[in-house]
Amino acid sequence: MRRTLIGIAIGFFALFLVVPLVVVFATAFRDGVVPYLRAIATPDARAALKLTLVAASIAVPLNIAFGIAAAWAIARFKFPGRRMLVTLIDIPFAVSPVVVGMMFVLLFGAHGYLAGVIHTKIVFAVPGIVLATAFVTIPFVARELIPALEARGPDQELAALTLGATPWQTFWRVTLPGLRWPLAYGAILCTARAIGEFGAVSVVSGHVRGETTTVPLHVEILYNDFQYQAAFAVATLLVMIALATVIVQRVIERSR
Amino acid sequence: MKRALPGFGLSLGVTLTYLGLLVVVPLSAIALKTSSLTWPQFWATISAPRAVAAFGLSLGASLVAAAIAAGFGTIVAWVLVRYRFWGRGVIDALVDLPFALPTAVAGIALTATWGPTGVLGRWLHAIGIEGAYSRVGIVIALVFLGVPFVVRTVQPVLAALDPRLEEAAATLGATRAQAFVRVVLPALRPAITTGFALAFARALGEYGSVVFISGNMPQRTEIAPLLVMTKLEQYDYAGATALALVMVVASFVLLIAINSLGRRTQRRDRTRRRAPAPDAVPPPAAQVIA
Repeated sequence: MRRTLIGIAIGFFALFLVVPLVVVFATAFRDGVVPYLRAIATPDARAALKLTLVAASIAVPLNIAFGIAAAWAIARFKFPGRRMLVTLIDIPFAVSPVVVGMMFVLLFGAHGYLAGVIHTKIVFAVPGIVLATAFVTIPFVARELIPALEARGPDQELAALTLGATPWQTFWRVTLPGLRWPLAYGAILCTARAIGEFGAVSVVSGHVRGETTTVPLHVEILYNDFQYQAAFAVATLLVMIALATVIVQRVIERSR
Repeated sequence: MKRALPGFGLSLGVTLTYLGLLVVVPLSAIALKTSSLTWPQFWATISAPRAVAAFGLSLGASLVAAAIAAGFGTIVAWVLVRYRFWGRGVIDALVDLPFALPTAVAGIALTATWGPTGVLGRWLHAIGIEGAYSRVGIVIALVFLGVPFVVRTVQPVLAALDPRLEEAAATLGATRAQAFVRVVLPALRPAITTGFALAFARALGEYGSVVFISGNMPQRTEIAPLLVMTKLEQYDYAGATALALVMVVASFVLLIAINSLGRRTQRRDRTRRRAPAPDAVPPPAAQVIA
């Protein structure tokens, strides 16, 4: 029994995860190291990497700030509508990525509701990609911080305030240091998702090569062009980021 | 009322402003766009044969995949909690990988592996099953995505379950299978249900991993999110919105159901004295993902 069940578990991950990832690397390197390096160093690939980093470096800090504010309000105070607010934070998990992209097209597209108000090009341009990335990564930090802050209770903060600390001193010296591991954990997951988001970004991007393609979109373009070796070469970068994410997750879990 | 802690106004203000601008305003655009359709137009869009086929496929494939994921996920959780074996840590870490792996990468990797010429797909192909560009392929991608949800909801509940309950069942004459079905499974059922619902909800809206493996043939392997995408590319925004509205309503209902599922089992376990295990509570919905 024991052997059968362990066999099923290992077999499942081998067939659905390990073999597919080996296939990614095998295809990426099938013509050797030079074509691999050439594929990930093309101007389009580098532009895609840069755009992905720009989108993540705006979306992740925004959602960290939001997560801290939301956790403080929700975990430390009781107010009407608190439970609804928690559900509202979960919404990005529930809405299909394609629908997320569509919402921003409806708002900012050529005939969008806000097209007359905002004159900067948002959809089919970089700002739309940032917005879509920010939307899909909203819950990650908040969802880690709310239970962590609830579990800690307000005693330490009350003590600091009683001893004469200002609210901001209390925040920087008591609240934030106590939340560093859940914050790091949430930020890592948020970053991984920001880098890897595909569906929502795909809708708002317009697929202008070298301008509005993120790394996952660049993989898609190469793949649909039948440039499999190049597509899988660029995909290995994303696989390595995902592996690093999982490893860092483990490290954080051990240290908290 | 004077509150003991500072910062309520600021933190709630930031939270509501941010969610208002980034979530509520965009969502209301869907409602606004839908209201530009008349009821017959709306109905014609969502009841068109291609739309019905896409909804049916999304629903059916997601249900099948979530059910398979519930089975595999429970076995994986069981193995991780109850057995110590070489490579257990690696398996435990691998569980989180589908969460971290970009869906487009998962899509092309699974297609290359399970497609008719892939290292695994060619064996399926030989016995007449297509592992890619088919409904089987869609289910493969969705099972891949769904299993981590089930493992991560069942695992903590199983870890908190006292093995002495099974020992007691055994001393009272139960076989191992009986002990599992009568003692362990009832305690795990809320967690498995929650995991199933999470996997199902995620599968319904999934796009990235499915588009590569499905083949995208209208009325055969075209999922609902892809049909929305197609309509957007044809600048049929009203039609896309009508389909999206159906999907959004379905996922909201699911989200609320999942959240109340978690809460109800929590409450029941707290009030019921003879509950099999006081700690056997699945974590709240999205906490598993985050």
